[in-house]
Amino acid sequence: MAYLLTLVTFLPVVGAVVVLLLPRRQEAATKLVTLGTSVVTFAISLPVYFRFDPASADYQFVEQRAWIPSLGVSYHVGVDGISVLLVLLTTFLMPLALLSSWTSVESRWKEFAITMLLLETGMLGVFVALDLFLFYVFWEAMLIPMYLIIGIWGGPNRVYAAVKFILYTLTGSLLMLVAILFVYFQHGAATSTYTFDLPVLVRFVIPGGLTQDLLFLAFALAFAIKVPMFPFHTWLPDAHVEAPTAGSVILAGVLLKMGTYGFLRFCLPLFPQASMTWAPWLFALSIIGIIYGAWISTVQADIKKLVAYSSVSHLGFVVLGLFTLTPQGMVGGIIQMVNHGLSTGALFLMVGMIYERRHTRLIAEFGGLWKVIPAFSVLFLIVCLSSLGLPGLNGFVGEFLILLGTFQVHRLAAALATSGIIFAAVYLLWMYQRVCFGELTSEANRRLRDLSPREWAVLLPVLLFIVWIGVYPTTFTAMTEPSVQALITQVQAKAQATSALLIPR
Amino acid sequence: MTPPLILPAVDLRPLWPMLVIVLTATVVLLLDLIPPRERKDHLGFVSALGVVAALVVTYWMTFAGAGELRGFRGMVVLDAYALFFNIVIGYATGLMLLLSMDYIRREGQESGEFYVLVLLSALGMMLMAAAGDLIIVFLGLETMSISLYVLAGFFRTRPDAGEASLKYLLIGAFASGFFLYGIALIFGATGTTNLDRIANAVAAGSGRDPMLVIGLGLLLVGFGFKISSVPFHMWAPDVYEGAPTSVTAFIATGSKAAAFAALLRVLLTAMRGVAVDWPMVVWAMAAVTMTVGNVVALAQQNLKRMLAYSSIAHVGYMLVGVVAGGALGNGSVLFYLLIYTFTTAGAFGALVLLERAGHEAVRLEDFGGLATRHPMLAAALSIFLLSLVGIPPTAGFVGKFYLFGAAVKAGYVWLAVVGVLNSAVAAYYYLRLIVYMYMREPEGAPTVLAPSFSGALALAVALWGVVQLGVAPGPLFDLAQAAVVPLLR
Repeated sequence: MAYLLTLVTFLPVVGAVVVLLLPRRQEAATKLVTLGTSVVTFAISLPVYFRFDPASADYQFVEQRAWIPSLGVSYHVGVDGISVLLVLLTTFLMPLALLSSWTSVESRWKEFAITMLLLETGMLGVFVALDLFLFYVFWEAMLIPMYLIIGIWGGPNRVYAAVKFILYTLTGSLLMLVAILFVYFQHGAATSTYTFDLPVLVRFVIPGGLTQDLLFLAFALAFAIKVPMFPFHTWLPDAHVEAPTAGSVILAGVLLKMGTYGFLRFCLPLFPQASMTWAPWLFALSIIGIIYGAWISTVQADIKKLVAYSSVSHLGFVVLGLFTLTPQGMVGGIIQMVNHGLSTGALFLMVGMIYERRHTRLIAEFGGLWKVIPAFSVLFLIVCLSSLGLPGLNGFVGEFLILLGTFQVHRLAAALATSGIIFAAVYLLWMYQRVCFGELTSEANRRLRDLSPREWAVLLPVLLFIVWIGVYPTTFTAMTEPSVQALITQVQAKAQATSALLIPR
Repeated sequence: MTPPLILPAVDLRPLWPMLVIVLTATVVLLLDLIPPRERKDHLGFVSALGVVAALVVTYWMTFAGAGELRGFRGMVVLDAYALFFNIVIGYATGLMLLLSMDYIRREGQESGEFYVLVLLSALGMMLMAAAGDLIIVFLGLETMSISLYVLAGFFRTRPDAGEASLKYLLIGAFASGFFLYGIALIFGATGTTNLDRIANAVAAGSGRDPMLVIGLGLLLVGFGFKISSVPFHMWAPDVYEGAPTSVTAFIATGSKAAAFAALLRVLLTAMRGVAVDWPMVVWAMAAVTMTVGNVVALAQQNLKRMLAYSSIAHVGYMLVGVVAGGALGNGSVLFYLLIYTFTTAGAFGALVLLERAGHEAVRLEDFGGLATRHPMLAAALSIFLLSLVGIPPTAGFVGKFYLFGAAVKAGYVWLAVVGVLNSAVAAYYYLRLIVYMYMREPEGAPTVLAPSFSGALALAVALWGVVQLGVAPGPLFDLAQAAVVPLLR
């Protein structure tokens, strides 16, 4: 088990190489190898869950090996309660995303398979890396496959969306690179050990004040763009709408979580004092995002765009929860990341299915689908309800915990955020009503096929977890709690140490 | 009774890598005279072998720990620093030769002189890297430049080749003028042209001599032309566009490396004690060079021009390392030059291999839908472009990481910020080519891949360099850093 995380992370690359060597005519074999690789990756990632010690706050399955010794860069990977669920979410969503592309990706399946598998490695690498250099390598390297997925297999306006996506995220992350270097040299100058190792760096107290604020902002900008938080969200609707279904699922399900994960893993422990100073601002932006995202979703004519803007709203909840620095809020934030991955992933999958049948996503084109495709409509309803936070389904758990945490810190913020849940009900149910209920208005909808076995196979696993987390979230929350507690203790202790450093001046 | 003839004891060891090149050039010149006269493939092959031999000698001297070899009363210094640059120049020359073989035949300009000129300009470059005296710097500079002036206009039937060659010659002569005048002033101030003795004179108190300061300024202007930093970059786009593509790659890589070699050595040894805040001058030059290069590159439709402006921008990044100074800063400049050589030779190499309707494919439209037609070439070119952007895990990322890291370490955080923002701007125009290759449909006459084994070999070597230096940069970076440490005494 010593190489478990390495195996999980790099198995998709092996699959990509195999696909590369397959002749282009062998499309069926390509598909099987790709899906097989992702399923096997998921299977070997299961021990990460089963052998994970939920009582421990430490990094587990750690591997560390020197990479560029003269710089203090090492290949250091491991998971703790914060990242373990995200690793599993990634390996879980990937086979589903691939399965959803079985027929919807019509050209260049081979290249598509290679990019998707490389993307998986990039995403997993981001979540397991415990070395800032390694993290940055994965963080940037993963941009290119996503750029290609949007740009090659996307909709009519795909090039614009792809370029916007990459320029936004690149600008943010390049500033983070300077900040990483700054932290590295500060730590090196103070302790004369030059290292990018995260567990070492988080023990280092960076002087408070302007330096820490600027460093925090450089990191926060990169993560805020990725989340995306208002007002850095404008790349998201373009990217989501133009991306093929699999791209949207991965984008919403995993990529956006990298931003929130980054806040949790890097911003809070490295810059505790600045995090606290800027928390009110992040609160404000989150709440604007929650409400604004919901309002904009309400008026969308395109289902996919509606789901895209709803992400802005949902991710606002996550950031809100993380920056409460309360156990409930943070555990809620982490579980809400998973929930959003499942619910919004499922929404994108279903929008993709309906698009494959009708080649339109406009709400006005539908109506009365319940009569034609009842199975689809039922599942779509469950997914919508999970996304809007109906008790008993997963969304409720996360949002409830987040609001509980927020209420302890700032009542007005909690009250405003709660309105986001109401608005979510408005836009999702109104959309659902126009799509599935009412009279069957369009002739083209009369002959729609209901779900195929392949589509059932895609949706059922997601539904399983939607209900599981809704009914018995402890299975998952228990894993995160010790790490979250440890993080809060660490942040508060470090913030005090930073303040102590400030006073003598 | 005639006095006995006393021959001075000449130590040729500092010249070994250069002697290999000279020997090869002579052999090629002679081989050119004997049959077969109509095919010249074997000449390119012999030249490439000579370059490989020079590389082997260089590697051997590096790892055998030959130490610092001085010859001709300290005029030539073959130390770890010069050896590292010999590696860079060797790769640049070798890749250029491999790319040229089929290319110049295809263009109907095959002749033996081409290879001789390439080898002689490589000799000049190596001499610049090993110069211990300003006169030798100048000698190397001229040997390199005059060969390159001819090479730039090698497709002599094309009007733009003539323009490129003439422009390069005139501006180059102008730069040489600055350079020589600078040397003269420094000689006037210190009484010597030897770098170490200039350093001693400066240390002894002539560091504030205005004549010396002006001399240094003129030297910087001369180097500024050769590395094409703003505001001395105007010649670059026209020359890059008009010259044969493989020669363009050579100008962008080899000649730049050589100019940087001499520039750094002059700054680090002779000018160490000069009481002028030259890092601030270079700071401004770096910031302006990056920004102008990248912003103007955005507007280019011709890829050779685009890569010309991109190479100006990359000079800006390298100047960041010069500003940062120290073992880390200067070491990262050396390392970046090596990475830049592989990356740029690869990118130009892909252009060399493509043609459309009997013309070179150098316009953006020519690359529409290239990925469907030539997936391997498109993938290779994409990797080179990503390395130019600086996306991990390519070498370009590691190179920039070291450069900006050095700047942050030396306290030039804002220069690093300017640098990374420039990288984001640059991403737009590099990725635009990827957009054309992967996300557009081909239009009009097909862009075809010229069959060339040597060209494919060159791309493979460049790709290996880009990937290998990106994944495991440690050993060569340590070598680069160790190469500059002795200069920093």
